[in-house]
Amino acid sequence: MYRVPQLTRLATTGARIVTSSARGQQTAAAPEKIEVFIDGKKVLVEPGMTILQACALVGVDIPRFCYHDRLSIAGNCRMCLVEVEKSIKPVASCAMPVMKGMRVKTDSPLTKKAREGVMEFLLVNHPLDCPICDQGGECDLQDQSMGFGSDRGRHQNQYDGKRAVEDKNMGPLVKTSMNRCIQCTRCIRFANEVAGVPDLGSTGRGNDMQIGTYVDKFFASELSGNVIDLCPVGALTNKPYSFMARPWETRKTESVDVMDALGSNIVISHRTGEVMRIIPRMNDDVNEEWISDKTRFVTDGLKRQRLLAPMIKEGGQLKQVDWEEALYVVARKLRQTPADQIAGVAGGLVDTEALVALKDLLNRFNCENLYTEESFPTVNGGGIDLRTNYIMNDRIMGVEDSDALLLIGTNPRYEAPVFNARIRKSFIHYNLDVGLIGSPVDLTYDYDHVGTNAKALDDLLAGKGSFAEKLKSAKKPMVVVGAGVLQGPQGAALLAKVHQLADQLRSKQSDKSWKVVNVLQRVAGQVAALDIGYKPSVEALRDGKKSIKLLFLLGADEASVSRRDIGSDTFVVYQGHHGDAGAEIADVILPGAAYTEKESTYVNTEGRSQKTLPAVQPPGLARVDWKILRALSEIAGKALPYSSIQEMRQRLAQVAPHLTRYGEVQEANYLKQSMELTEKSSSAVNAELKPAQLELADFYMTNSITRASPTMAECVRAARKHQQNPHIEQPKRHTAASAM
Amino acid sequence: MASTVRASLGRMGRLNVQQQSLRFSSSGLQVHRDSAENNASTRFTFTEDSMKKVKAVIGIYPEGYHHAAVMPVLDIAQRQHGWLPISAMHETARVLDMPRMRVYEVATFYTMYNRTPVGKYFMQVCATTPCMLRGAESITEAITKKLGIKPGHTTDDGLFTLAEVECLGACVNAPMVQINDDYYEDLTTKDMDTIIDELKAGKKPKKGPWSGRLAAEPLTGLTSLSEEPKGPGFGMQSGF
Repeated sequence: MYRVPQLTRLATTGARIVTSSARGQQTAAAPEKIEVFIDGKKVLVEPGMTILQACALVGVDIPRFCYHDRLSIAGNCRMCLVEVEKSIKPVASCAMPVMKGMRVKTDSPLTKKAREGVMEFLLVNHPLDCPICDQGGECDLQDQSMGFGSDRGRHQNQYDGKRAVEDKNMGPLVKTSMNRCIQCTRCIRFANEVAGVPDLGSTGRGNDMQIGTYVDKFFASELSGNVIDLCPVGALTNKPYSFMARPWETRKTESVDVMDALGSNIVISHRTGEVMRIIPRMNDDVNEEWISDKTRFVTDGLKRQRLLAPMIKEGGQLKQVDWEEALYVVARKLRQTPADQIAGVAGGLVDTEALVALKDLLNRFNCENLYTEESFPTVNGGGIDLRTNYIMNDRIMGVEDSDALLLIGTNPRYEAPVFNARIRKSFIHYNLDVGLIGSPVDLTYDYDHVGTNAKALDDLLAGKGSFAEKLKSAKKPMVVVGAGVLQGPQGAALLAKVHQLADQLRSKQSDKSWKVVNVLQRVAGQVAALDIGYKPSVEALRDGKKSIKLLFLLGADEASVSRRDIGSDTFVVYQGHHGDAGAEIADVILPGAAYTEKESTYVNTEGRSQKTLPAVQPPGLARVDWKILRALSEIAGKALPYSSIQEMRQRLAQVAPHLTRYGEVQEANYLKQSMELTEKSSSAVNAELKPAQLELADFYMTNSITRASPTMAECVRAARKHQQNPHIEQPKRHTAASAM
Repeated sequence: MASTVRASLGRMGRLNVQQQSLRFSSSGLQVHRDSAENNASTRFTFTEDSMKKVKAVIGIYPEGYHHAAVMPVLDIAQRQHGWLPISAMHETARVLDMPRMRVYEVATFYTMYNRTPVGKYFMQVCATTPCMLRGAESITEAITKKLGIKPGHTTDDGLFTLAEVECLGACVNAPMVQINDDYYEDLTTKDMDTIIDELKAGKKPKKGPWSGRLAAEPLTGLTSLSEEPKGPGFGMQSGF
């Protein structure tokens, strides 16, 4: 493990500021700032900062390959050499801490010569294959050799040629071309430190040194795609995207991911109406600069299994029709069906605009039967009336301030990979203690396995066990419960128990804004749906008490409602973007837009409202979802009062003002009231807490887009095959007992 | 220029993968290939004896730093097994509770870990300049002639492996050969023959210089320091 033993940690706090530069935590009183001079300019910096960081403060960009803000410092590429007055040799600025009165020259002849020399050596073994290299145009080596390299090299390679390194097979996502590798070791450090899968390393030495896995092995990480962004050259590139496009010919649209409930910030690269690839966008509050493999590689799922035209079922066969006909059929049904026999079900990928439009539409017909596929307990406590109950109150960022974290019935590694990376970061750098109630899974860090059954919560309440002690003595404890285990009949009692525990921990808190209780949602649309007032369960439709004659499925693809539940005479309308479980049972299909094709709002599990922007047009006759509903309302004779995205946003603000405050988190209140409503029960909840995603193969296909993606299918196959590889390490149960 | 490139490419094209790696590399492939004798299921466990040594080695390091024992533990594994199969690296990783990749890194970095099988007698002929000038090449030739193996090869009976290595630090006694842990120095081709014969016969050849001198003393006898050392106070002022 990477965590340094307790005793030595105390001695290395100074170094910690350097290694965790992204968010250097200051202890005790802030030390006095040091004065240094960069190119003659005076700058005051904190002690422990490196020269490179000090340069960044005054806007001097030092060329670098191995240094990366969010990884530990290696100092092996030497590209960041600068001249420091009174130092006989140029120094590696990324690894050299500043000293009082230091005079750094980043533009002196010596610095220039050093850079040219380093660049010359890097290029000795680097192939001249830029024209066929996928990194071309966004390659650090290309850019920096133009900027800092010499215009000639002295290397003669007609005698021994350039170094040749065989390519490694890293699985279906990362393509390797190891000849191009400059051995910056960023990928190794990422795998070790962030992803927690220490499978990458450097073998051999000197000219024979190679980066790889040594044995033939798939880089089995849910965050593996990030090494593509980290690689400063074209050694690791995006396999599905290979030879598809050049960065200068694509357009970039800043958007938000919907594969999990975190709402990772992304940039969608697209060209000629086609999504080419997805790369992360930096947002320190949400995803830092990582995204999960599902987020990155789902692009081909957006092109397959799409619903391209409205369809009506005739004689058991779906027939393509035009919009007018389809909408008339639905509108007629809507007018004819009594209000209590209409119901709407929203899926997990639906945007807030569509959710509001569907609710408004059905409300106009006096119908209140609006449900979400993903269920959430409503009977106990504040249910969904109080927002504290269903969001992650202490934020994703909060896990870095927290000192004890209890995970209940969740496997954040696969349910929210980027959040798990954040927990791991906190575990390594900020000494976080983690406990888990639920199936023992490999979380990439050590944890106390408190139990698999919800009964373990009672032990914690009673203060039994070592982890209970840790929770009790924690200054900022966090309890994160997975939405997955709150489904089903036991969910309410479980949530009440969680509240009870959180309340006990909270009572000792001095910081009243620290809420302790957190829910990790699984799907992107859920928080918004609950904010708006959807009922979080389709149980009412399934138990047969309601006879539903018109069912409106809005992107509901998890097969929560089947034909058997509702009877054959129910008229099912499916509106969504993929031909999946929902479209299968539909009588009318209205083709909608995926998240890359519409301007829409998503609220993540923290309650942070974020905006997606349309990168491409919806394919075929498909249209943006809220516009379809708006058109339907017009034909049905009850026109909704918005016809532009601005008016739609005004309506959103009317329903819940926080929905349009983009990028911000609206703090949830009424915690006390929620507690008063919670039934305190002394009887234990007897439920095995087993998250749905236990291993890597479970991770890739979780929604209608990923199910349509051949890349994801390939990943599942690779992950399963990986299990048979004799060279894999036995999955370690990371328990604190075995921690070092 | 173009023609030279083409010519060099042509030359390279004729080399097979192994030769190519030999040409560019000092210690074989830097990746693992499963083979009949070297794969994840190659039988390897530390014997009771080795385990005792491993525990002693781990005990040297402070708590929380036992990963540092990886080098001696790998050495113990190699001495037990004769060479270092991948399964021994896995076992080392297990014993030290560290990621396997970290063990691979160490094992591939150091050339003294033999990641491919070697014979009972691993003969490393020093071929760096001083030894070369003193006839290291003829020593290699002598071995090749005697055993029919070239550098990098093992005899069919599994007794001898020949390797050409860089400086072993015995330049003053060049040419020299290291066989397993012992140095055989000041060799002639005839001496080499004798050593091989003795090893074949199961005897232990004489270690050290074969020229008859002691250690690195001059061949022609001592030119200085030939008398008994003077006692304390020699050359001092009488006042002291």
